[in-house]
Amino acid sequence: MTTAAILQHLPYAAPFLFVDELIDIDEEKVTGRYTFQPDMPCYQGHFKGHPVTPGVLLTEVMAQIGVVCLGIYLLRDSIKQQFPTVAMTSTQVDFYLPVFPGETVEVKAEKIYFRFNKLKCRVSLYNAAGKLVCDGVIAGMIIYPQHA
Amino acid sequence: MDQATFITELREIVKPYAKNQDALAQISLSTDFINDLKINSANLVDVVLDVEEKYDIVIQNEEMERMLNVQAAMDIVNAKLQEK
Repeated sequence: MTTAAILQHLPYAAPFLFVDELIDIDEEKVTGRYTFQPDMPCYQGHFKGHPVTPGVLLTEVMAQIGVVCLGIYLLRDSIKQQFPTVAMTSTQVDFYLPVFPGETVEVKAEKIYFRFNKLKCRVSLYNAAGKLVCDGVIAGMIIYPQHA
Repeated sequence: MDQATFITELREIVKPYAKNQDALAQISLSTDFINDLKINSANLVDVVLDVEEKYDIVIQNEEMERMLNVQAAMDIVNAKLQEK
């Protein structure tokens, strides 16, 4: 599956799509990038007069690239018929540096396991200077429609 | 493996994931992981992976789907251990 096809399968759209490009993906790991546009509405309030990217959005970038994109790649053969519902089930993230409006970040994720429809990954996010911004463990599950 | 040993070992495995510590203290064969211990389905995956590691067994998808209470877990683990 090409990286372009993975992006097409993402279940997100603006203003909640947080993946711009995938650099590299295989069965074990993924690398992708996202740029926080300076005109994002969240900067008007986080914080007043001092815009900083909210940690929840950094976490979302990590989840969309590190868990959802990797999950789509791992499921590539079965999602052609029907895209399943996905849910983030746990996050444990430590933050080290702020990300300001206009910055491009790079996410690197490694699969810990993919078993019983749950994908758990170790995920790190770096700024354009290559410094670690935040890292942690994020997991998500695939939820197939219940059979009647 | 006898019932008492299994329940004691399983209690340690589920301890980090069980939200209902009172139910955990009362754990028995009829204890349901989701309804009684309040373990969510995502953490139930971790319970099953920890059970695999503890007993050095591999649990299949359909067995995972049945593993909803202590009795079912014990039956599956015992069957796997006998296959060895």
